[in-house]
Amino acid sequence: MKLKGAEIVWECLVREGVEVVFGYPGGANMPIYDAMLNYPVHHVLVRHEQGGAHMADGYARASGKVGVAMATSGPGATNLVTGIATAMMDSVPVVFITGQVAAHLIGGDAFQETDVTGITLPITKHNYLVTRAEEIAETIREAFYIAKSGRPGPVLIDICKNAQVESCEFAYPEEVKLPGYQPVTRSPRNLLDDAVALIEKAKKPIILCGHGVIMSNAEEELMQFAVKTQTPVASTLLGLGAFPASHELSLGMMGMHGEAYTNLAIQNSDLILAFGMRFDDRVTGTLKTYAPKAKKIHIEIDPSEVHKNVFVDVPLVGDVKTVVADLIPLVDEYDHDEWKQEINGWKNEADTRSIMNWEEDGRLYVAHLIADIWKATGGGAIVTTDVGQHQMWTAQYYQLEKPNRWITSGGAGTMGFGLPSAIGAWFAAKDQEIWAVAGDGGFQMTAAELTTAVQEGANVKVAIMNNSFLGMVRQWQEFFFEKRYSAVNMLAPDFVKLAEAHGVPAKRVTKREEVNEAIEWARSIKGPTVLEFRVEMEDAVYPMVPAGAALHEMIRRPVKA
Amino acid sequence: MNYTFIALVENKPGVLNRVASLFRRRNFNIESLAVGRTENPEVSRMTVVVDCPNGDVDAHRIEANLYKLVNVIDVQDVTHQPVVARDLALIKVRVGPERRAEVNGLAEIFRARIVDVAPDSVVVEITGTEDKIEGMIELLRPIGIVEMVRTGQISMTRGVHDGVRRMPGMESRRYEDVMDMAEMMP
Ligand SMILES: Cc1ncc(C[n+]2csc(CCOP(=O)(O)OP(=O)(O)O)c2C)c(N)n1
Repeated sequence: MKLKGAEIVWECLVREGVEVVFGYPGGANMPIYDAMLNYPVHHVLVRHEQGGAHMADGYARASGKVGVAMATSGPGATNLVTGIATAMMDSVPVVFITGQVAAHLIGGDAFQETDVTGITLPITKHNYLVTRAEEIAETIREAFYIAKSGRPGPVLIDICKNAQVESCEFAYPEEVKLPGYQPVTRSPRNLLDDAVALIEKAKKPIILCGHGVIMSNAEEELMQFAVKTQTPVASTLLGLGAFPASHELSLGMMGMHGEAYTNLAIQNSDLILAFGMRFDDRVTGTLKTYAPKAKKIHIEIDPSEVHKNVFVDVPLVGDVKTVVADLIPLVDEYDHDEWKQEINGWKNEADTRSIMNWEEDGRLYVAHLIADIWKATGGGAIVTTDVGQHQMWTAQYYQLEKPNRWITSGGAGTMGFGLPSAIGAWFAAKDQEIWAVAGDGGFQMTAAELTTAVQEGANVKVAIMNNSFLGMVRQWQEFFFEKRYSAVNMLAPDFVKLAEAHGVPAKRVTKREEVNEAIEWARSIKGPTVLEFRVEMEDAVYPMVPAGAALHEMIRRPVKA
Repeated sequence: MNYTFIALVENKPGVLNRVASLFRRRNFNIESLAVGRTENPEVSRMTVVVDCPNGDVDAHRIEANLYKLVNVIDVQDVTHQPVVARDLALIKVRVGPERRAEVNGLAEIFRARIVDVAPDSVVVEITGTEDKIEGMIELLRPIGIVEMVRTGQISMTRGVHDGVRRMPGMESRRYEDVMDMAEMMP
């Protein structure tokens, strides 16, 4: 069957099970857009390519499938860069397809020519420049395989315009031939035995659960292992939801803004079982004093993460699901009652300081608002966030029970991620309730996507936590720069009018007693809504491990007088 | 300390850039990098000499990161293995007829060759270990070196166990072992 390159693109995408793509047309991808009309794929016209990248990312995280975003060449493609880097840092499988000038023009600074494969080389798992129609099918097949296998990640395909219009014989490649690409999925028996020996000796073990658990669908195995060995489970920011927050073994989030008792448990543990996490500096505090008494077992699909930040005693390179499943029959049952009691002591102490136990003073604290949304939604919504204080409060107070419902930019910390990723998630889970929690700063970065939500009828609830500051930066200036507030005082537009101008119903909430009614109002509307909460301006996220400090040296919330 | 890696890579456009870019991104300094075809036209072979200030820790990181590149087929850290290592240099020496014999004599001692003679210069070709080439350069320098080019080091392990793919991050464990053991799991 002879087909045009542009048609081959869609033939392949359909075979890969793609139902929706997020994109923006232009001169260099017009043949692809023209061919699109003949294929059963829904295209979402975004307002800025960055929005499209985050939507594909949110879609991938909520669905567990590969997301797809498209852009034209030059400025269209470069607008994707922040979104690609975001997906890369969080290991999210997204395939990006960009248009490129005709192959014979490459290198000549043609109109809208940009070296997109060059620019994206360090922020993609792999990328391709396609100059001939014959290469398209094999490339797309490989791209999807690479994006979702091993340690997932973004793959970019830059397709020259001539390759889109030329015709060639189309056959979908049966298999992928990549001699060098062989992700290891299982660990050898002798290393598993080494791990079991450490587990047997441990009196104070702790599991650190990361994004890898969710990426490899290892929630069942994690639960079985934790229950059988009675090992408490702490989570990274991106691991939240892999283990139910309400479970008696759950310790919640660790790290810079993790629970104080969780960080204390890590520092006092004698065995760390790291499941699909990478000892990021936001999780460990200073490495010199990190978990000094603990032996470390690291289950990780990416060999370059092993021994990278923390030297481990037993590296188990492989897929978390497979490796943990292999471990379960090899380990004995334990109770670890003493250890759990010790942790409980710290937990009870921490609870007395919790902002949740404060008496109402009429003011709006983000922590309370998140808990209110959590209660109203029964803890079952998909929640996306921007980056900043509200992100940390959402991580702390929206207690997740299930995976693939927590969508936040962890590794890159990309402001402007919340709204577009929520729209993307909606396409993956239209029957679910979706909340995007945003800061006033981050929301202004991608607010234009409100119109995309309207055009698509995306049922997303935006909650803007407006503190009139770039809150997280202000908090650092408060703590570490003697309150010299530099460039953090931020004017915002009238968010209600802004939303309404986009055709989105909106309400402003300034009083405690209006909160629940507003949340219920937003939930009752089908389609996008915006709630602006005028929150306490100078609140800080606690606990906080200052950069460079040990994990247990936390700044705690002052006990309220 | 300098570490030597041999990488077999797919012979495709941009692969050298990917490898070089990886070293730049991880902030390693490449001392020398030599690339060429192998007996298989689809495969190129690179010898990369890299400064690793943290010794084996850096070497492990480099190895594991190279494996992450989709086009990299095989990586060997041959730093601590018996290898044959060679460098080739062309050295142009400013020398008139009166001292040419002296250069000839030196070349003989180093088993180098004079490959071009002009009225006022000669080009000396020398292959060997880096030390040997350095030694020759030292002796030619006072006579007058006008131009010099070196290929950088190429290396090959001794014996036929070349090309064994190791399990990155697991010291000496080989891929084959891992796969066999995986089959044996209950
Ligand atoms: C694109 C981008 N630019 C800058 C930053 C640095 N940064 C991190 S948090 C933050 C403040 C966020 O303020 P806001 O969106 O109002 O949220 P808040 O912290 O007040 O909840 C900034 C500027 C970032 N993470 N991303």
